[in-house]
Amino acid sequence: MTEVEPPQDPPEPGAEAERPPLTPAQVAWRRFRQHKMALAGVGLLIAIILFITVGSIFFSEADANYNDLTIKLSAPSWEHPFGTDLVGYDILARSIYGGQISIVIGILAVFVSLAVGVLVGAVAGFYGGIIDGVLMRFTEAMLNIPQLFLLIVLAKFLGGKVPTLYLLGRSFSGSVVVIIGVIGLTSWMYLARIVRASFLSLKEQEFTTAARCLGARDVSLIFEHILPNTVAPIIVAATLEVANAILSEAYVSFLGLGVQPPTATWGNMLDKAYSHLETEPWMWFFPGMLILLTVLGINFVGDGLRDALDPRALAQAE
Amino acid sequence: MTRYIIRRVLQAIPLLLMISLILFVLINLMGDPIASFGGRQRLRPEDRARLTRQLGLDQPILVQYAIWLVGNDWMRIDLDGDGVTDHYGTRRGVLRGDLGDSFMEKRPVLEVIGERVPNTLLLMLTSELAILSFSLLIGIYSALRQYSALDYVFTAFSFIGYSMPVFWLALILMYVFAVNFKRWGLPYFPTVGMYDLAVGPTVGQIVWHMVLPLITISIISIAGYSRYVRAQMLEVINQDYIRTARAKGLPRWMVLRDHALKNAALPLVTLVGMDLPLLLSGAVVTESIYAWPGMGRLFWDAARDTDIPILMGILIIISVFVILFQIITDVTYTFLDPRIRYN
Repeated sequence: MTEVEPPQDPPEPGAEAERPPLTPAQVAWRRFRQHKMALAGVGLLIAIILFITVGSIFFSEADANYNDLTIKLSAPSWEHPFGTDLVGYDILARSIYGGQISIVIGILAVFVSLAVGVLVGAVAGFYGGIIDGVLMRFTEAMLNIPQLFLLIVLAKFLGGKVPTLYLLGRSFSGSVVVIIGVIGLTSWMYLARIVRASFLSLKEQEFTTAARCLGARDVSLIFEHILPNTVAPIIVAATLEVANAILSEAYVSFLGLGVQPPTATWGNMLDKAYSHLETEPWMWFFPGMLILLTVLGINFVGDGLRDALDPRALAQAE
Repeated sequence: MTRYIIRRVLQAIPLLLMISLILFVLINLMGDPIASFGGRQRLRPEDRARLTRQLGLDQPILVQYAIWLVGNDWMRIDLDGDGVTDHYGTRRGVLRGDLGDSFMEKRPVLEVIGERVPNTLLLMLTSELAILSFSLLIGIYSALRQYSALDYVFTAFSFIGYSMPVFWLALILMYVFAVNFKRWGLPYFPTVGMYDLAVGPTVGQIVWHMVLPLITISIISIAGYSRYVRAQMLEVINQDYIRTARAKGLPRWMVLRDHALKNAALPLVTLVGMDLPLLLSGAVVTESIYAWPGMGRLFWDAARDTDIPILMGILIIISVFVILFQIITDVTYTFLDPRIRYN
């Protein structure tokens, strides 16, 4: 649901004529601005994004995928600030490019889960009846299985079935696409429930009836009239979902089922780190730290968005 | 109430069938289970064909699912591949309590899983206890002293804990408390297994080996739970009836214990009800890192070897418990909160 602001009185002539009433977006922005943690989160995310974008000016992808066995497992130094790994990759360069992939995976996976979740939730909520029953039982069935188990099974099922892709002059291991799909397909259930709940109440409201009387078809009712009113909770849930998706990528890659080298992600940089726990801590410290900071930043922003967009949740939490 | 319970149980049956069908199809598409059968040797094609036939993997997927469900001891199957159905099957099917035999261990799935359950429950129940007590303490303190210095510290820690990949936390804990403590000559914690093979499974050994996995599992969950308790507690202590209780002169601690905490803890019942069955599944990542011989690790090993019966067994047992606990939670709720009525 969008803003439930009390209707604002029209400004008295002459009194506050220069200040038009705030739009819902402006109200939300004002609330977001006052949320200190959300701002800290934004700062953190800007820093991370600068790291992975500006960093790629100093290191080319070839640097990240160039390994020199003579310097393998060397400790952090001026030449290799984050050290090097098992086969002599520079960990700083790989952190930069790995971060790009990890974040892209996180965002695209959420688009997949948005597509599925919104569609399932909207159709179930809009049509109700048997369709609702079947779709929601399916959603429930998926929710009953722990996500990590589903991730492992799906990643193993699809692994190695997508060929290497070439996009924008860079090659992406096919496993990137697989992981995006797998994470998206195992995380749409909460979104579906949120959307369905909103649809159930919105479809009974007058504006829906009005649109229907004007001859709007179902597709237009769903996507043009009702869906825009559910944007706020979807944005909040999707933001927090990005954080989860980045963590999921890390888990799957840590278990060795994720993105395959030479493409780096923060997750698969940690894959072999376990065996170097004692002697080469830099191998696992930096990628893990970057995951933590990114997820932390997104969670802060998501928290701020929830407070800014959904005043009822704020009233509940404080 | 009885009607409600009966209805819920009846609804659970199609749900379980649906879950098991989805899982069965997914898991069977996962990979080639025969590939890991010969160990390091390559299987001869005729052996492969024979194994496929014996395991029933040559049947259409829906037939395989039906056999998994109701067994095949009532029908004749063709074992030697001569086109004549001359043997009776031996499987009794899940509905009659037979989860099949593990591909890797060649033993009944229930036996293999049964060995792991106590280990997992030991670790997970202890963790759940730690999680509940610490998150209640932290949550209540934070709510009562909202915006105090410690509240901010707890908030910061819970956000960090919530955002941390669990395996990275495990790596850091191992690095500090095992590797470096050893280096500094301090008593250090073990990182692998349940006990020292040289000493054997004594109580002291198991407790000592449990410390790091326990902390790893607990920290992440405490982070989420304590925020939840804090939010609940804050909502409750601002209610009118709390003010009334204070106004009639009840001591603060009594108001907290009898009026506030009871209502704030209610939603926690739902959380715990959702968590308990998942405890059974163990923590895949944590158990794998610390080589704790529990269900999570079993699942991971079975996934690597495409041991279909084990995977199906673990997942279906978890699903049954998840649904069972949902019903139990909902019913418990009506006893704890008289405002809720199910018709």
